[in-house]
Amino acid sequence: MGNLTLDKVCKSFGTVDVIREVDLAVNDGEFCVFVGPSGCGKSTLLRMIAGLEDITSGEVKIDGTVVNTTPPSQREIAMVFQSYALYPHLNVRDNMGLGLKQAGQPRAQIAQTVERAAHMLDLESYLNRRPAELSGGQRQRVAIGRAIVRKPKLFLFDEPLSNLDAALRVQTRIEIANLHRELGATMIYVTHDQVEAMTLADRIVVLRDGRIEQVGAPMELYKNPANEFVAGFIGSPKMNFLDAPALGVAGKSLGIRPEHLALSRDAGMIEGRVSHVEQLGGETLIYLRADPHGLITVRLFGEHAAEVNDRAFVTPDMARAFHFGADGQRLSM
Amino acid sequence: MSARANILRSSFAHAILIAYTILALYPVLLIVINSMKSRRAIFNDPLSLPTRETFDLVGFHTVLEQGNFLLYFQNSMVVTVASLFFVLLFGAMAAFALAEYRFRGNLLMALYLALGIMIPIRLGTVAILEIMVAANLVNTLTALVLVYTAQGLPLAVFILSEFMRQVSDDLKNAARIDGLSEYRIFFTIALPLVRPALATVAVFTMIPIWNDLWFPLILAPGESTKTLTLGSQIFLGQYVTNWNAVLAALTLAIFPVIVLYLIFSRQLIRGITKGAVK
Ligand SMILES: Nc1ncnc2c1ncn2[C@@H]1O[C@H](COP(=O)(O)OP(=O)(O)OP(=O)(O)O)[C@@H](O)[C@H]1O
Ligand SMILES: [Mg+2]
Repeated sequence: MGNLTLDKVCKSFGTVDVIREVDLAVNDGEFCVFVGPSGCGKSTLLRMIAGLEDITSGEVKIDGTVVNTTPPSQREIAMVFQSYALYPHLNVRDNMGLGLKQAGQPRAQIAQTVERAAHMLDLESYLNRRPAELSGGQRQRVAIGRAIVRKPKLFLFDEPLSNLDAALRVQTRIEIANLHRELGATMIYVTHDQVEAMTLADRIVVLRDGRIEQVGAPMELYKNPANEFVAGFIGSPKMNFLDAPALGVAGKSLGIRPEHLALSRDAGMIEGRVSHVEQLGGETLIYLRADPHGLITVRLFGEHAAEVNDRAFVTPDMARAFHFGADGQRLSM
Repeated sequence: MSARANILRSSFAHAILIAYTILALYPVLLIVINSMKSRRAIFNDPLSLPTRETFDLVGFHTVLEQGNFLLYFQNSMVVTVASLFFVLLFGAMAAFALAEYRFRGNLLMALYLALGIMIPIRLGTVAILEIMVAANLVNTLTALVLVYTAQGLPLAVFILSEFMRQVSDDLKNAARIDGLSEYRIFFTIALPLVRPALATVAVFTMIPIWNDLWFPLILAPGESTKTLTLGSQIFLGQYVTNWNAVLAALTLAIFPVIVLYLIFSRQLIRGITKGAVK
């Protein structure tokens, strides 16, 4: 149990509209990721779901019940914050147990629940430490533990990994994925990290300026973006947008992913000069400058030698290219 | 080379600080040493330390025997501690509300509360006296506590709301999700995190209250409600002043303030440096 419905949800701070008419249905057990550029309203939307922010208009329903005026503690949700937000004066055990204690659960039961969560997250030896005595990764696991023990209908994560270093981020990402499998709970996860969104999500919601641009499974968005914004936002490195009129194809711009460009020294559709090369071992990124398209990213697998200022040609795989009109919308071909 | 320059610079800084300390402590020291001398010695040689001949505790005897010195002492203590408690409690609560909640007139309310910093409360003495007479509170310690609470609140709200704003929103939100009431959030989460600021405010609030002569004289001049500062005035006559007693009373009055200060100062230093680094 734990589905969420947003019905024409709006939020304004004074005269500024931050969330505009968002409609969304998240199914029970789904892992739903909100992505979008900074300031697009991801956190605000999440906080509205949590009940930490009033809703200007519209309805939020959890399991079919309207919760617009239900206080956060009674929505059966749990939230993990970017800044961990652990209580500095309580040790790990009490940090995790406070919500249950507040709900009036018997002490023995709280202890048992906390122990089980600590076991799951490998925190057993830290139960008596205070947050200040833990590393960043451990703190984040405690924050996740605090969410687990509440057995919520809905897990809300607001950029939980962005304060961790790269290696730890990968590890914690996998832990969260495992957690989702184990608990089968509904999770809503805010991030601006491409890879997190693609790897964790059952469905991705792309937001811009408080509006939903597109909702879909990761590969659906990758293969079938509705507009230029989504196309540019999903996929890393970013999609190239070529000047369509200059190539003599339909639309205003032609979107082609870096992996769908063929590079050649002798002949091809677009001529350019190498401006930068990045060798990543498993793959090579070559940046070409070609007028009037600007900088074009080409992604090649394996190692490739290229020198800055070399002349090179690229040819897009037209079957995998996207045509976008002047308004940024996808043109059906 | 640079280490030498450093030593030079730091000894220079220390020289200035030491000079300032001597300058600031000198009058206090003068009071303390003269309180232990005979009257003649105070006038003949006010700057010298008490010697075997001039050593005389007559001032302390007078103070402790004459007048209800212990009662005055107790009154001062009650008024100061009670006022301090209310200033910190209400100041922190108002600051939390101003920093945490968005409501119509929030900014206006903050300005209104800060206005008291610029307008001395003594301007309202007549009105305050009228209110106290009407409320039948003249010659009670309650009157003093009320006035001092009002006097200390503006600065307290002003300083504390700045610090309250720095308490992490995520932390408060996490507590809300865990089902803590707003009062519990205030007392168990916000208040401990602004403890250095509370200590700063406590010191700033405490000293003027302890030293005040004006309001005790006007609102509570009765024998049973006299504060230490007011009580000491009996030794200052129009024609004759009992300097031994005055100096002894002042010496005794210094100690409670020092004790309270020591309690707060650890926190205070943390408060100052925290403000400097952030
Ligand atoms: N209390 C507030 N008062 C006024 N405007 C606010 C308030 N909180 C957020 N906003 C505005 O709402 C917009 C969305 O903010 P939000 O924090 O939801 O962005 P976000 O998508 O989470 O960004 P990021 O990725 O940087 O975290 C921003 O433009 C922000 O300035
Ligand atoms: Mg955010």
